[in-house]
Amino acid sequence: MSDDELIWRIAGGSGDGIDSTSQNFAKALMRSGLDVFTHRHYPSRIRGGHTYVEIRAADHEVQSRGDGYNFLLSLGDSFARNPQEEAYYGNEEIKPLSENLDELREGGIIVYDEGLISEEDVDAIDLHERAEENDWHVFPMDLRGLAREHGREVMRNTAGVGVTAALLDMELEHIEDLMSDAMGGDVLEANLEILHEAYETTREEYEFEHDLRAPEGTHDAEQALLSGSNAIAYGAIDAGCRFIAGYPMTPWTDVFTILAQNFPDMGGVSEQVEDEIAAAALAVGASHAGVKAMSGSSGGGFALMSEPLGLAEMTETPVVLVESMRAGPSTGMPTKPEQADLEHVLYTSQGDSQRVVFAPGTIEEAYEQTRLAFDIAWDYQIPAIVIYDQKLSGENTNVDVDFFDREVSPDLGSTLTEDELREAAHDNSGKFKRFNYETAENGVASRSIPGQKGGRFLATGNEHSPVGHISEDPDNRVAQMDRRLEKLESIRAELDEERESTQTYFGDETADYGIITWGSSQGAVEEAIGRLNENGHSVKGLSVSDMMPFPEREVTEFLESVDEAMVVEMNATAQFRGLLQKELGRFGEKLTSLLKYNGNPFEPAEIVEGYEVNLAEEDREPTAQVRIEPAAGD
Amino acid sequence: MSAFNAIGEEREIDRDEFTPGVEPQPTWCPGCGDFGVLKSLKQALPEVGKTPEEVLTVTGIGCSGKLNSYLDTYGFHTIHGRSLPVARAAKLANPELEVIAAGGDGDGYGIGGNHFIHTARENHDMTYIVFNNEIFGLTKGQTSPTSPKGHKSKTQPSGSAKTPIRPLSQSLTAGASYIARTAAVNPNQAKEIIKEAIEHDGFAHVDFLTQCPTWNKDARQYVPYIDVQESDDYEFDVTDRAEAAEMMRETEDVLNEGTVLTGRYYVDEDRPSYTEEKAAVGELPDQPLAERYFDDDAEWERSYDLLERHT
Repeated sequence: MSDDELIWRIAGGSGDGIDSTSQNFAKALMRSGLDVFTHRHYPSRIRGGHTYVEIRAADHEVQSRGDGYNFLLSLGDSFARNPQEEAYYGNEEIKPLSENLDELREGGIIVYDEGLISEEDVDAIDLHERAEENDWHVFPMDLRGLAREHGREVMRNTAGVGVTAALLDMELEHIEDLMSDAMGGDVLEANLEILHEAYETTREEYEFEHDLRAPEGTHDAEQALLSGSNAIAYGAIDAGCRFIAGYPMTPWTDVFTILAQNFPDMGGVSEQVEDEIAAAALAVGASHAGVKAMSGSSGGGFALMSEPLGLAEMTETPVVLVESMRAGPSTGMPTKPEQADLEHVLYTSQGDSQRVVFAPGTIEEAYEQTRLAFDIAWDYQIPAIVIYDQKLSGENTNVDVDFFDREVSPDLGSTLTEDELREAAHDNSGKFKRFNYETAENGVASRSIPGQKGGRFLATGNEHSPVGHISEDPDNRVAQMDRRLEKLESIRAELDEERESTQTYFGDETADYGIITWGSSQGAVEEAIGRLNENGHSVKGLSVSDMMPFPEREVTEFLESVDEAMVVEMNATAQFRGLLQKELGRFGEKLTSLLKYNGNPFEPAEIVEGYEVNLAEEDREPTAQVRIEPAAGD
Repeated sequence: MSAFNAIGEEREIDRDEFTPGVEPQPTWCPGCGDFGVLKSLKQALPEVGKTPEEVLTVTGIGCSGKLNSYLDTYGFHTIHGRSLPVARAAKLANPELEVIAAGGDGDGYGIGGNHFIHTARENHDMTYIVFNNEIFGLTKGQTSPTSPKGHKSKTQPSGSAKTPIRPLSQSLTAGASYIARTAAVNPNQAKEIIKEAIEHDGFAHVDFLTQCPTWNKDARQYVPYIDVQESDDYEFDVTDRAEAAEMMRETEDVLNEGTVLTGRYYVDEDRPSYTEEKAAVGELPDQPLAERYFDDDAEWERSYDLLERHT
């Protein structure tokens, strides 16, 4: 836990404008020179229900949510249902205050809207007693009244931001600029009035006894604030993708929306269709006709994509699918993160799976690996999947603007032009040998596109001959199957030998203890390892992104270099650890799992504690809501 | 210059060009109605001036799904029920392709029913041929969505309790802009209807009665058939939605009583196709998207140019 950081949490009901307010405030902090990282917690509900966004800001890089937080702006839930004795949900109005107290750090600040949350209710949750025990500084403010006085009630967010700025001793400049960008006219004027009024009133009415202030920092380069969903969408744009088909499902909808909004201006095509079977089938159809295409969904929708995914494998149609995981099984917890669709994504669809799967761990990796997925998919004519989750989807962090300064790659990989087709092998009747195992390189047989002269062939989900006709000949079957599988081995070699590794290493290289993770848990693990090493332990870390083909060499070398390792992932059945053991066939006695599946992502302290519990001689249980799955034989 | 020079090529086209040298003879049973579909396509395509390589034939699964094994065009033999979404996307990716989708009654009206409704609703410019033999053939004779009520099979041993689906009426309600029914036993009409369907700008749905001599022996061979346009007993306006609906309903009702009505049921030349609708709202590029990937002069927007909103 560091003292030089602000972790500001704005809490309210869905529909209270938490998202937009936090987005602007995060940007203001970023513009002031700080690094920021946001974490979003919300219910599957349009109006009301306890929701919050947390912004962690520091003068150094932040890649994870922190441990707890230190500033609460509680708006109360203006869409709360009426409490009734038998109803399980209790008093919803105060939940954006009461539900957040357990994680507030000692010495923290609470601002709440006393225009909505009554003194009676506050007494009922013993706020003042708890504040005394924890040295919290409580500032009841009539945000609603203030907003009403100068504008409209919905502007109470702005009042809350004004109070925040006053208490943190922040300049209003960046906040005002952002407001001016987002609105105009009377609305802007009213908001600015409310902002200033709240700022001044706070300074006048209260004597500040708290220590917390906004940190100060500077950036060397211009920064952009964006989410994992932005990064995936932008990676697709820069990979030359101009076709997307989808069906709404949280949290995948974010990527779909961003591309749907941008494609028309870029000459691209976006299709919202009847279901996810159609969505993935459209991506396959568009790709077959010569376009870089993608689709995606979350777990339940991805289940429907099993069929077209298998079709893409068998017909060797390049396509990129993204899978944004949320807590399952079934509908599970639609707005909560989990990493429990790994096995689903790796193996769904009948037959031996022939696909590539990447799991980015950060915003930058989300961009890079989406581009990589397109490159590999079109070079090798294979479906490539980017698997991420609700956490990475919605979290925002700042990235150097220059990171994105690169060219688009519309290259269709192993696709022939008409000139090249003239030189290619055809059968006696003039049909193009699209699936020619005799001339394939690295398992890849070049493809043609419908409408090209001299390129006609049949694509089929049945096993097929070199020109694509249905064939159950055993020799052809083995030759085609081996050729398709050879692509995966070639991709593994390319990723390992020719490209920069997508795996991330951190910590003490000489350590005998390792922590392995994958996907979006990377940031919390990295921070935990940093902290352990600072505190005199010796720990190294590895975050894996290549799920398929699996980076055998790298993971083997890492595990051989340690005596013990803890595998950290957000699911209940240790799916990544299972994959690792399946791929490597050993190390079972070295691997302990730290699992979390309560709907909230890991905090670094939970990983630190997991390490301590794992190493402790005596029986010790973690205090966090996590589970430790011991190594084989332990 | 186009990267797809098979498209729009002006030349003499021989019907034999559509017979693949690698598999000239189908595996369908002797007497199968599917031969009728293949023949009418081989006749119709040259007559409407289409060459094999400007046509993409997308099929589902079943005996009908093998159509593109025996019709030498670009082909995509997809999965059960999914020919339409694949075909739709190919058309959006390259609107200049001639796209023909085909499948059986189980494929199109059963497992792919959702796609059928939405493809008709959106009025994609393509031809959709449903081989309707009122049975699942390739899996050996199970009751299908168009099997008559009371139809007995191994999976419906007491006779089906379900009334059959109404393919023509459903198509009309969903939004198809050309709807016809023809039969394998009526080759001249079939060819003309397929030609009209290909030339129609919009979703052209042809319910093609294809007798199954092996697994549906009880069913009629769809003879004698009546062409509703030629018979004096039937009079209706194919451009009038209400009259078409009534005629469709009657056609569907009498089929299982032994009267085989065929012909054009609904023709709407005014409804814009989906590509036109999509272009009208500014969501379809002028240049076919597929061309752009082969165009060295094409400009590609970068994400870097979108960053202002994030700073």
